[in-house]
Amino acid sequence: MWPDSDLKVASLVSNGQHPKSGRSRRASQDARAVELALKMTGRAARVIHVGTGHRDSGLGQYLGMGLPEITLLNADENADAVPVLVDHLKGTDLDIVLTGIHAEQGEASGMVPYLLAEHLGWPLVSHIADIQKVEGGKAEVLQALPRGQRRLLRVPLPFIATVDNAAAEARQYAFGAARRGKLVDEVIDAPVDQARLEWESHPAKPRPKRLHVAKAKSAADRFKAATAKPQGQGGSVLRDGTDLEKATAIMDLLISEGVVR
Amino acid sequence: MSEAPRRDPRAEWILRNRLHPEHDVLVAAHSGPTRGPTGLLRKNPHAVGFIGPQGIKRIDRSAGLSGGASGLSSGARGRSASTEVELPLHRVEHPDFYVAVVVDLVAGRLSSHDRDILGQARILAKGSEEQGAVVAVALGEAREANFEAAGADRLVSLTELQGQSLSGYCPEHKLAVLEAVEAELSPRFWLFPDSIHGGADLGSRLAARLGERPAVHAWKVDAQQTVCRGGSQLTDWHRPTARVLLLAEECALPVDETRHEARPIELASIPEVSALIEDLGQVDVDPSKIALGEAEFILSAGNGIRDWDQFHAVATALGATEGASRVAVDDGHMPRNRQVGATGTWVTARVYVAIGISGAIQHLQGIGQCDKVVAINLDDSCDMIKRADLSVIGDSQAILGELLRLAEARQGGTGDAAIDLTEEARHVA
Repeated sequence: MWPDSDLKVASLVSNGQHPKSGRSRRASQDARAVELALKMTGRAARVIHVGTGHRDSGLGQYLGMGLPEITLLNADENADAVPVLVDHLKGTDLDIVLTGIHAEQGEASGMVPYLLAEHLGWPLVSHIADIQKVEGGKAEVLQALPRGQRRLLRVPLPFIATVDNAAAEARQYAFGAARRGKLVDEVIDAPVDQARLEWESHPAKPRPKRLHVAKAKSAADRFKAATAKPQGQGGSVLRDGTDLEKATAIMDLLISEGVVR
Repeated sequence: MSEAPRRDPRAEWILRNRLHPEHDVLVAAHSGPTRGPTGLLRKNPHAVGFIGPQGIKRIDRSAGLSGGASGLSSGARGRSASTEVELPLHRVEHPDFYVAVVVDLVAGRLSSHDRDILGQARILAKGSEEQGAVVAVALGEAREANFEAAGADRLVSLTELQGQSLSGYCPEHKLAVLEAVEAELSPRFWLFPDSIHGGADLGSRLAARLGERPAVHAWKVDAQQTVCRGGSQLTDWHRPTARVLLLAEECALPVDETRHEARPIELASIPEVSALIEDLGQVDVDPSKIALGEAEFILSAGNGIRDWDQFHAVATALGATEGASRVAVDDGHMPRNRQVGATGTWVTARVYVAIGISGAIQHLQGIGQCDKVVAINLDDSCDMIKRADLSVIGDSQAILGELLRLAEARQGGTGDAAIDLTEEARHVA
């Protein structure tokens, strides 16, 4: 059923950075969002970026995934992206807006999709792995849960979704496609994020590891805490009974823990 | 007869001689307070202590404080059994303000992350001269969640709202509850665990609704200043403390010195919610495609397994991810990427079933983070039995056979859709 030509899907992308070298690149979750949009609508997928972008930064890598163009809302580095995006999305006819969960640079609060959803009054689905189908104005969305589990949700269009790392990996980008793609500039008036200017940014300090300090009242207790082998509380042991009883005991535990449904 | 106390040289001689057959009887008779010849109360220094296993006299001076040493002395054994210390109760009758903590309750239990957040809330509540109360907001079913010990003064606990169970994915309903808490108590701080279990999602929603700018991934928080970790873990943002805080793991120490009331609070009214997102339930995932390190339910096989086809069938029927001990992998029964333990994968499963695994220390290290361990083994003295929460002693092949029958009977009873999905999963596997 994909690609669906009637569907209007946009992804919001940001500049990423490599976690070790800090080198500019496409953000991994945003690239997955673009990948999902490309899967759903083909080359009709819209991609929007707020900031000072140029082709040699991460934006080029998004273009290299085969996009014809990226809408670039030109804003200063200290600008607040949310009001700009709200204005832009209000003036655009869209069904689905996809983003990553966190940016890879700056504050990385992950609040942009939530604020957009609040301002536009759209529902928001977080951590999605895939969009399975869109039928009758409703989409069936596969949400990624911890421990590799998945949950199926039904959401009415239009909605905003944040794309999890469990989604399909973004395709390789190509140099030629990155040169051919266009950056469509839009001059806008972006307000400055005043609150952020007052904050201080430092290189990340390694967080102290938590030490397990034995809170003991007496020397004998401290000695015991330092030397004694940690003993399990000792669970219940089933020695007697038929095999069926033993298997039932195990099954009851699995059901009460909710791992067997 | 004169009243003068008289000595009994023979009894004294027997008391001195530990090997005399009447020694124990006489010691028992003389164990009370004794009076000397002048009527003075006498202490017998020889009656202190006990004879150790080497025949050497030992005196335990720890007065029953330590659990370990008192095991030797028969006198202290009774005391050490009841050393469960009652922590002092911290009571807040009329709080000046509230600190709200929305706990994750993964599988109905307080996670260590939740406890850290409650510890942080405790610090924020007692910071100034005013006294605040910590309100724990528990949405969904809570089992074995000890809010008293974790540090909650008040408790808002809801399992369902307007006919919708709060255990599934229902952010709109949960947000409505939080808004009701906000309207009723207007907490000074809102604390959320910045976790993938829903805490970060709900916290962001509330922050957007209240128009507050949250501090995300905060790891060092006091009443004035917060340090947050920025994107790609490369920067730290120092900023004034926000009203909504999404806290990283190990941001503070959990409460362990006081007990708290966890007094329930009833919310007066929650407005009608019209939810747009519809939860269609969890989808069956092929368990063999889940990485071992993040699997929730692992069925692990060791040297005690003879019938490997049966083991695979049980794992498929129960929907468990397969694991193996080193011996099973070395013997070629299982692939290397399924090995659990220090040299394989360190697993974090919630339920770990070890079949025919005796529990080498490397294996026990690998399952250190598992919540519930079930062991099936023939040998009831092995280390795995000591670690396990439920141990079954018996032949693994027979017990697995019964387990397989139970699992298949259960699948037969749950309707056609479930069967279709498991059939599909089997084809994939």
